[in-house]
Amino acid sequence: MMAVKTAPPAPPRSHARTAPRGGHAMPRLKTTLVAAAAYVIAFIFLFPYVVMVLTSLRPQESLRDATLLPTQWEWSNLVTFWSSGLAGNLVVTLQVAAGSTVLVLLVALPAAYYTARHNFRGRTMFLILVLITQMFQPTAMLVGIYREFSQFGLVDSVWSLILVNGGFNLAFAVWILNAYFASIPRDLEEAAFLDGNGRFGALFRVTLPLAMPGVITALIFTFIAAWNEFVVALTLTTTPEKQPLTVALNSFIGQYQVDWQNLFAGSVIATIPVIILFALIERKVVGGLTAGSIK
Amino acid sequence: MRRLRPLEPLAWVGPAVLLIAVVVIWPVIEMVRSSFLQISRVGVVRGYNGFDNYDKLFAEKDFADIMVRSVIWVVAVVALTVLISLALAQLFNQRFPGRKMARWALIAPWAASVLMTAIVFRWMLDPEVGVINQIRLKLGLIDALGGADADQLGVAATAMPWLVFVAVFVSVPFTTYALLAGLATIPSDVYEAAKMDGASRLRTYWSITLPLLRPALTVAALINVMNVFNSFPIIWAMTHGQPGYSTATSTIFMFILKSSDIGESAAMSVVNFGMVLVITAVFLKISRWNRAVA
Repeated sequence: MMAVKTAPPAPPRSHARTAPRGGHAMPRLKTTLVAAAAYVIAFIFLFPYVVMVLTSLRPQESLRDATLLPTQWEWSNLVTFWSSGLAGNLVVTLQVAAGSTVLVLLVALPAAYYTARHNFRGRTMFLILVLITQMFQPTAMLVGIYREFSQFGLVDSVWSLILVNGGFNLAFAVWILNAYFASIPRDLEEAAFLDGNGRFGALFRVTLPLAMPGVITALIFTFIAAWNEFVVALTLTTTPEKQPLTVALNSFIGQYQVDWQNLFAGSVIATIPVIILFALIERKVVGGLTAGSIK
Repeated sequence: MRRLRPLEPLAWVGPAVLLIAVVVIWPVIEMVRSSFLQISRVGVVRGYNGFDNYDKLFAEKDFADIMVRSVIWVVAVVALTVLISLALAQLFNQRFPGRKMARWALIAPWAASVLMTAIVFRWMLDPEVGVINQIRLKLGLIDALGGADADQLGVAATAMPWLVFVAVFVSVPFTTYALLAGLATIPSDVYEAAKMDGASRLRTYWSITLPLLRPALTVAALINVMNVFNSFPIIWAMTHGQPGYSTATSTIFMFILKSSDIGESAAMSVVNFGMVLVITAVFLKISRWNRAVA
């Protein structure tokens, strides 16, 4: 258990050491001012999402009233969304996010484990390749992605979105899993192996459970990234029913539609769960994003 | 450990390499190839046409403006992001009640889809009902809702600052967290020593905190450069690069070209990509990562 706690992706907090110059006799006034400033800033960063939620609860006819708060709260908006066409787009989003997550784990787990445990020819090359994919973004090579998947006949297909999202989120998973595997002592695995568990038995019964926090971080991160993805989906899907929610919502705002409340209900459904999920892995994400280059 | 068979690494690492090859490397090759092809609107390849796509691209009357704007966009967004994040990291590093909650609030724009955030900002800037315009009306900055003054996204002069604002807004959380992680690695005895020497706060920050924060700062800044350079959803959702091309960056321009001339769009991508490669090279050189990994 100790091993996992000391995993390299350093959480950005340490209560004892983080108030270096205040010491223990920090004046009360200063603390109050600091807290007040922090709360104001926190509010600013939450503000657009508060507006999003408030707008989603307005009745359709008063959606475009110039008032800060809804005069009437229409909770049913979040229910009617499910019978609108956007619900189908949410299903596509869910398929893409879940598919990419499974793909990334299937591909990244063995690669991260092997590079953490063995020094093989091409290991450095592989790590460079992973770092390069992390630096590149799908937007930069959109034309190439479009041409390639058109040739495959995979336009309007969930599979192309799963592949692209999986590929571009692989790096994060490799870094974070690599760090966890490297921090788990080889002896633990050897011991389980000698107990008659077999190579894979030892891997599944000892190493993988110890790396679980890393696996969960990689899982949530990939899921969110694929869930939020927009540009590739905008390029690779043309039929409205085949588009994930981000693309569908974006085409909504172009038109002067009546049912804007569905747009905001959709935004709330697409955004709030993701923010909560992200809060769970927040401590480890910086490590995964910078590990490849900061070492 | 037991002797490795030469093909063993391939079984473990192979799938990852294959995925990278299909999704990252192939598109790069296809993109470069397309930039030298004449391709019809429906995607039929009419053969190689040398540098015609590039000539056409460089001859676009908006090209120079778009390139200059792209550079300004990246520099402005990243510089503002870094400055604001340095201040916020310092603030959120202090101890105060409710710090955990306040830090959580900071996560929201990072976790949420950039597109959703941009859509909400567009809604808040709506000339007739937008919250931001309601506030501006109350502050006396505009005379009425719905007029030209309220249409901030309708003119490049006011739209650009808002686009930069939103881009900074979504970049600050990651950057602040990266800097907080950097601050956590600075041992407290360094500060005690500085205090003993009677160094002022500003002096301590300038000659101790900042230099020790440099690795975190460099990585965070360069990750931001890559993100902002390729940033698409903000401008696309808020202005589509309009009016004209007056709020378009090279990435937006590439996307617009894609529907009229894929070959030219590919040429724009290659130019973009060249810049990305330069940035990556700088990134690798500065962080000197290969020494540690190997």
